Amino acid sequence: MRPSAVRLLNILVPIKSSQHALGRAVDYAVKIRVNPEQTGIDLNVKHSMNPFDEIAVEEAVRMRERLKDAVKSIKVVTIGPPKSAETLRTALAMGADSAIHVEIPESAPSPEPLGVAKTLKALIERQKEGVDVVILGKQAIDDDAGQTGQMLAGLMGWSQATFASKVEVNPEQKVANITREIDGGLEELRCKLPVIITTDLRQVQLFNHRICQEPRYASLPNIMKAKKKPVEKLTAAELGVDITPRLETIKVTEPPKRVGGGKVANVDELLAKLKEAGITGKRA
Amino acid sequence: MLRAQISQLNRVLARSYATAAPPHALVFLEHRQGDLDSASLSALTAASQLGGQVTGLVVGSPEEVPSVVEKAKRLNGLNTLLHCASPQYSTPLPETVSPLLEKLLSQDSPFTHVVSAHSSSAKSILPRVAAKLDVPAVSDITSLEHDAASGSTTFTRPIYAGNAISTVRASSSIPIKFFTVRSTAFAAAVEGDAAESEVKALDSVEVSDVPTEHISTSLTKSDRPDLGVASRVVSGGRALKNAETFQATLYPLADALGAAVGASRAAVDAGYADNSLQVGQTGKVVAPELYMALGISGAIQHLAGMKDSKLIVAVNKDPDAPIFQVADVGLVADLFEVVPELVEKLKQ
Repeated sequence: MRPSAVRLLNILVPIKSSQHALGRAVDYAVKIRVNPEQTGIDLNVKHSMNPFDEIAVEEAVRMRERLKDAVKSIKVVTIGPPKSAETLRTALAMGADSAIHVEIPESAPSPEPLGVAKTLKALIERQKEGVDVVILGKQAIDDDAGQTGQMLAGLMGWSQATFASKVEVNPEQKVANITREIDGGLEELRCKLPVIITTDLRQVQLFNHRICQEPRYASLPNIMKAKKKPVEKLTAAELGVDITPRLETIKVTEPPKRVGGGKVANVDELLAKLKEAGITGKRA
Repeated sequence: MLRAQISQLNRVLARSYATAAPPHALVFLEHRQGDLDSASLSALTAASQLGGQVTGLVVGSPEEVPSVVEKAKRLNGLNTLLHCASPQYSTPLPETVSPLLEKLLSQDSPFTHVVSAHSSSAKSILPRVAAKLDVPAVSDITSLEHDAASGSTTFTRPIYAGNAISTVRASSSIPIKFFTVRSTAFAAAVEGDAAESEVKALDSVEVSDVPTEHISTSLTKSDRPDLGVASRVVSGGRALKNAETFQATLYPLADALGAAVGASRAAVDAGYADNSLQVGQTGKVVAPELYMALGISGAIQHLAGMKDSKLIVAVNKDPDAPIFQVADVGLVADLFEVVPELVEKLKQ
């Protein structure tokens, strides 16, 4: 007898194209600059996939590697200007099957998390086969808001697991066991599918402390293959959602500059500086 | 004729100004093991700065809530304290707590603002509620100003890992303004001798068929102060070599200073320190009196989590490490020689 057919999982991974400056670890040195008009930052730098979203794509691909045929589809989606299409291709090269690009004009302001969540809800409702797992990055490194996943979970009324560092999906039972990073430690949840997961930056195997969650680099053959994968283009209007920001950005400024106070020659001088600042050893 | 129209317009404007709802903040007060989280106390201070009524909300299990209420009702700046107990709230899952907040905020709600710490728990719950109420939320604010006449609130918040500061305004068209508070930017509210706040119990909103089940929580135990609120932090990076060296080197210094221990992402990723000790854009944001960075190069992401510290001390072998550009006191030396000497001399 063949085992009873398991539910095939459809995974949706929303991604965001962000400033490259703070992205990959090799590129720490690039700093963003506030524009002279104080309306935002100088956008004349390279964009790339938000690093948390890269982890989300990686997690989806690994889920398929673990669960094999139980994962039916991995669909990536982005809401952004025409050039965000590149970010979608990167995700397709990493192993996603198809993509949706909700296009907004180059000059349009970046939608707020609530607008993004509404758009994702509309997209989920359009998926004929449904969506079982949505994996998002826990925050975008440009606006640092960290709200979209939770807002989407609220709108859908679905289970949510934020700041996940470990995800185990059981397709037969339609549940996912998820370990979350919380203030002061870890928490484990069991979520019924469909579930919204937001990924933390890493997945550390607790026993051997080995990092097992680093996004793969797309190989050239995979990049070539990705060019043939389908990308559906839509607009927010076609989805019937309003993504106009409701908060008004008045200005963007440089943070106060901190200037180093110079170096000391030895431990005694260091201790003298500490003492000057009123810092001494702990009174027992 | 024209003048009449203008004066009419003025009247309309004046009237709408006069009817802008006075600010009334609901502060989500978090607690652990019977004590209020200090980050929530900072959120209360931020809420008080709106200049109106402040109501606190304590949610938890029937065992915990009474003792937390005893402490919370004496907090300065709180006019009313609401509390709600249910076994369902013993670990506050967004799926179980959101319906309570939605109910509280939807029926002729007096609340104009919903405030919490930028904690892992509140960050999970509040955006879910905001979305249900169809309002945007503002994360991790460092200052705020409420204009009572127009009913708008202006916030500042760091973006791009603290490399830019954004000033955003939530106008009166957003009836309930949700925001989370960066705790290092606001002093913690304290218990006062003044009259106690009015205490009211709320009925819980029981959720049947909760899709999420809490299995377990494991907290990193430590006798040292909590990283997020410690007045001194000793932090180590990749140069610490391994978990044993990390502990053997940093812990005696932390103990000599009465400091909390932190770590860079590199040290956490390499397994030298627990995730919960990570300082930076994706970890904790700290602003202690003293921050000692040992063997930390000072990547942008790390600086995002500590550059508001009062005094930054860096010890690094590399004289060109970026950390020296922000450190008030820098020492180019081998930390394995410096730290034991420091510990020795601090004990004298």
